[in-house]
Amino acid sequence: MAYSEADVLAGLAEIVNEETGLETDQVEAGKSFTDDLDIDSISMMTIVVNAEKKFGVKIPDDDVKDLVTVQDAVDYIVKAQQA
Amino acid sequence: MTSTVVVTGIGAVTPLGNTAQETWQAALAGTSGAHTLDNDWAEKYELPVDFAATVDPAVVDDRLKKVEAKRLDPASRLALISAREAWEDAGTPEVDPERLAVSWATGIGGVWTLLDAWNTLQEEGTRRVMPLTVPMLMPNAPAAAIGMDLKARAVVQTVVSACASSTESVGHALEMIRSGKADVVVAGGAESAVHPITLSAFSSMRALSRRTDSPETASRPFDVDRDGFVMGEGGAALVLESEEHARARGAQIYAKVAGWGTSNDAYHITAGEPEGAGSIRAMRDALESAGVSPADVKHINGHATSTPVGDIPESIAVNRLLGDAVDEARFSATKSMTGHLLGGAGALEALFTVKAIKERLAPPTINIQTVDPEVNLNIVRDTPAQLPEGDIAAITNSFGFGGHNAVVAFTS
Repeated sequence: MAYSEADVLAGLAEIVNEETGLETDQVEAGKSFTDDLDIDSISMMTIVVNAEKKFGVKIPDDDVKDLVTVQDAVDYIVKAQQA
Repeated sequence: MTSTVVVTGIGAVTPLGNTAQETWQAALAGTSGAHTLDNDWAEKYELPVDFAATVDPAVVDDRLKKVEAKRLDPASRLALISAREAWEDAGTPEVDPERLAVSWATGIGGVWTLLDAWNTLQEEGTRRVMPLTVPMLMPNAPAAAIGMDLKARAVVQTVVSACASSTESVGHALEMIRSGKADVVVAGGAESAVHPITLSAFSSMRALSRRTDSPETASRPFDVDRDGFVMGEGGAALVLESEEHARARGAQIYAKVAGWGTSNDAYHITAGEPEGAGSIRAMRDALESAGVSPADVKHINGHATSTPVGDIPESIAVNRLLGDAVDEARFSATKSMTGHLLGGAGALEALFTVKAIKERLAPPTINIQTVDPEVNLNIVRDTPAQLPEGDIAAITNSFGFGGHNAVVAFTS
């Protein structure tokens, strides 16, 4: 079963909250992981690994650098589910 | 001129309590921290020894933020909890970060993190192994966590010498201040290694007590029927400070850290030298470095783990050190209550020694029914013993796998 865009955003927000303690409502689509949410590269990798597990997708390391905003990650995961 | 060094703060999270004060009160009351493990793995693996002395798991949620805890191995969590308590107890000293140090210890390091990562690798593949695995499992992780939390920038060091680790870390902290490297040092140790692997391994070695029907009476140092140690876990921290620095800010002073000694048996990987030759050198060096004579020693917190072979050499060594004065030194074997905290044991026993000097009360040794006839010590049994007024000295002994001997001497 594929997750909707809204499901993915909500799920990602939970993963970010778990990793960083940021409130889930702060994890907004337009925000940058690095600049707005202050997430470092190690936390980002942890978030990616947890997202792969949660959504049953693969996000190769080379693609992680392209996930600048939360929306980028949501789009990537939604698309990867269909692959 | 070398500085006089004092203890100005203490913190502990142990099988006896979630703070230093709770731990101390429970120790004075002769409480055992050992119990049958209710973890699912204890039953799953049919462990031959299914009991240990553990820390209340709720303490982590109570004292650490969720995100903090998640990024720390259990040993680092207990380290940070105890260090923060000690720091607060010391009155959160104003100190130049470049004059603040951490001298920490662990015996095993992040065993839970390592083995959880191994399980993840086997069950879910390499991709799922978390990126923070190595910085969480490394033995210096607890020291680094404390150092970052308190902004200690003089030196952040970790001693690893098995069960002598955190006695050595207190000794190194003393050196840091004496040598002028730091004014304030957070010293201590933590261990959280009650894991089916360690319980199995120590069982295979026949090092653990097998009194599964009575965990709370299993640790019985010097008793004729002692049959091994009881695994423990926990963290303990002391804030060491130059007396000058402490007095200038009007800090409370528990006791002086007067000296320390260390040596190695180079004899056997696990067994101590049977006549205590190495441990007596460490004790002598500690007294010499403290500038006190054997007759000044009124209290000893022993290593005394309750193993059949381990306890005797300590009695021999203490007798050789003190001679006729052995009766004047009230001897406490607090592992009878706390279990063996491995890399956290020395710091907890240093904390007990400091409190004993401050309150003139030696904590009891519990569970002895009949003292082994080979033992000649003035053991404090069942209830606390009063220590004399006036200037007194006390030592705490720790001996570790690898032949390590470490002794710290405190004075009033």
